[in-house]
Amino acid sequence: MVGSLLLRGMLVGIIAGLLAFGFARVFGEPQVDRAIAFEEQQAQAAGEAPEPELVSRATQAGLGLLTGILVYGASIGGLFALVFSYVQGRVSGFGPRGTAVLIALAGFVAIILVPEFKYPASPPSVGNPETIEARTGLFFVMLVMSVATAVASIGLAKRLMPQHGAWNAWIAGGTAYVVVMAVAHYALPPVNEVPEQFSAVVLWNFRVASLGIQAVLWTAIGLMFGAVAERKLVERRGRQSVVRAASH
Amino acid sequence: MSEIALKPIALPAPIPVRELLPWAVFGGLMLMLMIYFVGAEEGATSLIRSMYVHEFVHDGRHLLGFPCH
Ligand SMILES: [Zn+2]
Repeated sequence: MVGSLLLRGMLVGIIAGLLAFGFARVFGEPQVDRAIAFEEQQAQAAGEAPEPELVSRATQAGLGLLTGILVYGASIGGLFALVFSYVQGRVSGFGPRGTAVLIALAGFVAIILVPEFKYPASPPSVGNPETIEARTGLFFVMLVMSVATAVASIGLAKRLMPQHGAWNAWIAGGTAYVVVMAVAHYALPPVNEVPEQFSAVVLWNFRVASLGIQAVLWTAIGLMFGAVAERKLVERRGRQSVVRAASH
Repeated sequence: MSEIALKPIALPAPIPVRELLPWAVFGGLMLMLMIYFVGAEEGATSLIRSMYVHEFVHDGRHLLGFPCH
């Protein structure tokens, strides 16, 4: 059962990745091109020789982008299926489709949105190559903290629910998540490496496009995986009830 | 009979942790390694000594929100 859900999750992730790729081509690539044009202009002004291209721009924006998003989509889809396999019927009392939508919503908030507020996506030429290690470290610290806090907050809500009811339990859990993440956002060091002359409009559009790509991916995975998982799980139950009916 | 007909559709039973654990460990590791290659290889850390993977998935890395140059 887990193996076939995992496989389905990865396939759903690939289809969602195709949709996200389409979105990225239309809304993301123009911003990447503008950022690279800025970078080249800056290098030229500083009298630096242009960097040799290891991979052409056309390949980066085409096959490279497609590969990156599909591999990422398949991975997120697979991890989604593993989380679903644990949560279904255990943490969530909803059916497979409702459970999948809730996981997608929680995943998008905890993995993408909240870490993004602290360490947002940035186009090429924003970011100092010498600080890449520190920035990557901070990014993953924020990511792990957000996911761990979300899991703990959901656990807290589940524990409070029998005594205090669903509304109060989820308010308590949600508040716990917001408070811990606000402290993390306040305490972790800022990263601001946007060059003085970099266009604010390009930066904003790039970040909106980046969030949009993730929103497309997570929405598509949540909706499609729910439908696929329901068919898989109900198909099994359907066969059992047919056997039961036949034996009567 | 009517009692059965009026019952709400039963939810699928939870998958036993014993069945889930090996998939979660090995599948989870493999999937996170895949994300690593898209998001971080030849950036902050490097398993392969070239810049090809980094340059090939570069647009995706930036647009998916991973830290880069
Ligand atoms: Zn870069």
